[in-house]
Amino acid sequence: MMEHKRLTLFAGHYGSGKTNIAVNYAVALAKEGKKVCIADLDIVNPYFRTKDSAEELEKQGITLISSRYANTNVDLPSIPAESYRLVQDKSIHGVIDLGGDDRGAYALGRFADAIRAEGDYRMAFVINCHRPLTSTVEDTVEIMKEIEAASHLQFTCIVNNSNIGSETTPGTVLDSVAYAEGVSRVTGLPIWLYTAEKSVAEGIEGLPVLPLTLQKKYFDLTI
Amino acid sequence: MADRILMKGNEAIAEAAIRAGCRHYFGYPITPQTEIAAYMAKKMPKIGGVFLQAESEVASINMVYGAAAAGVRVMTSSSSPGVSLKAEGLSYIAGSDVPALVVNVQRGGPGLGGIQPSQSDYFQATKGGGHGDYRMIVLAPASVQEMASLTMKGFDLADKYLITSMILADGTIGQMMEPITFEDSEPTVYEKPWALTGTECKRPHNVVNSLYLKPEELEKKNFDRYEKYRVIEENEPMWEEYMMEDADLCVVAFGIASRVAKNAVAEARKQGIKVGLIRPITLWPFPTKALRAAADKVKGFISVELSMGQMIEDVRLATESKKPVSLCNRAGGMIPTPDEVLAAIVKAEKGEF
Repeated sequence: MMEHKRLTLFAGHYGSGKTNIAVNYAVALAKEGKKVCIADLDIVNPYFRTKDSAEELEKQGITLISSRYANTNVDLPSIPAESYRLVQDKSIHGVIDLGGDDRGAYALGRFADAIRAEGDYRMAFVINCHRPLTSTVEDTVEIMKEIEAASHLQFTCIVNNSNIGSETTPGTVLDSVAYAEGVSRVTGLPIWLYTAEKSVAEGIEGLPVLPLTLQKKYFDLTI
Repeated sequence: MADRILMKGNEAIAEAAIRAGCRHYFGYPITPQTEIAAYMAKKMPKIGGVFLQAESEVASINMVYGAAAAGVRVMTSSSSPGVSLKAEGLSYIAGSDVPALVVNVQRGGPGLGGIQPSQSDYFQATKGGGHGDYRMIVLAPASVQEMASLTMKGFDLADKYLITSMILADGTIGQMMEPITFEDSEPTVYEKPWALTGTECKRPHNVVNSLYLKPEELEKKNFDRYEKYRVIEENEPMWEEYMMEDADLCVVAFGIASRVAKNAVAEARKQGIKVGLIRPITLWPFPTKALRAAADKVKGFISVELSMGQMIEDVRLATESKKPVSLCNRAGGMIPTPDEVLAAIVKAEKGEF
């Protein structure tokens, strides 16, 4: 699919799709035979966590580092001690799922020096022009700057995950190209990936698309 | 902004409030509704509005009381334990007959409870919570689109009847994301001659107060207020019926529980069971007429709730217990699965309630 860095970080506005993308990217890495470790460093969002995919990750032989309190009734924004493995064990490919906005990115601060010193990382800014607070290039760049200030790391690329949930079509993704390129132009960051749910991704030609398998929920209306 | 926007339920409430003309938000953060405050913090300064994180829930509800008395559209939001703290203010606002919008994105209780979704504040919302004889209009959204539309409706009803409208959501609808559309429409403006806007020495002082030391006077206030409540009960109940035309069983569920129940009803229909769903959209006023009409047709009801069974009491009252009512419930942050609701429907079909 592409050249991989040893560490890949996904950050962005909350609800931009970081968790789904991180899980799918980790699975793609594992399928290429890499030893993969995914860390859920989301200290903000109480629901819809990497841990929801624990079973799928285990099946793929992926190690999950997650707060023992994620998806429980304990509202503690804690970071597990095992997270240090990401920067210390150079034999693994690490995927890091950060919490939303600048507040979520604070969690990365303690690892920033080690990540920068090693220098083998990709930090992807996940964007979606159909989200209310990132609907324009200007607003999106504002969020990006807030995250960089909090995380003490600079983004290296963009992941365009522009979608409108279950109503996304290949046209939705194609229509968002101008927006993604606008963010790219203003920030000087390359667009690394486009992402879309698998059936949508199949209908898109000419773009580097990572097809996503999404978590199903039983309150989704099936009728 | 594009036609369809992908929003979290909490964001939809905040954006809808802004579009309804609300420029005053006072709150205190609590999971799982914090995105409402975060959205307001981001947006209000850009549109000349006020976002204020107060020092506590008690302070924020009293700021709402003050802004409401000044005649502006105002709101606060919280989750279960935070709403308990606001209870005193809710009673004062009701006793002063000023309009406000209050959001409760419920989590499991009692006590500090948990942070996962719940509907166990039904009693608190519909029966009081604060002291004294009072009601709030309670709106129960079941989708992100309704988080927006009922917020707008809530402001209108509050201004129309000089009452508090409460959005009673739950953590799941607050957190989940769905595509929604906002209609382009200007908010309705209500005249508020009673508001504290400054007399400019041209009119007598307006007074907003809930203190009436003469019992005759306080009794009249209560009687008049209950006359207003009677009008609301007559005119404002909202509900949705699904597959009720030929139903001989009726599932009653609101909010997130109704979505699970709807899937279960559809599955039961495939198995040949004639079951339908009544989804109360207003919990107060409760859709009594719809339930009473159903009681004449069906052999029983199933109340599906994320609580130990609270709405079930209103189902029994509305139907005057003409037919049996069973409870299908989870609590503490758990959500019933469609299979669990289906099992309750199959049992009811066999006459077991």
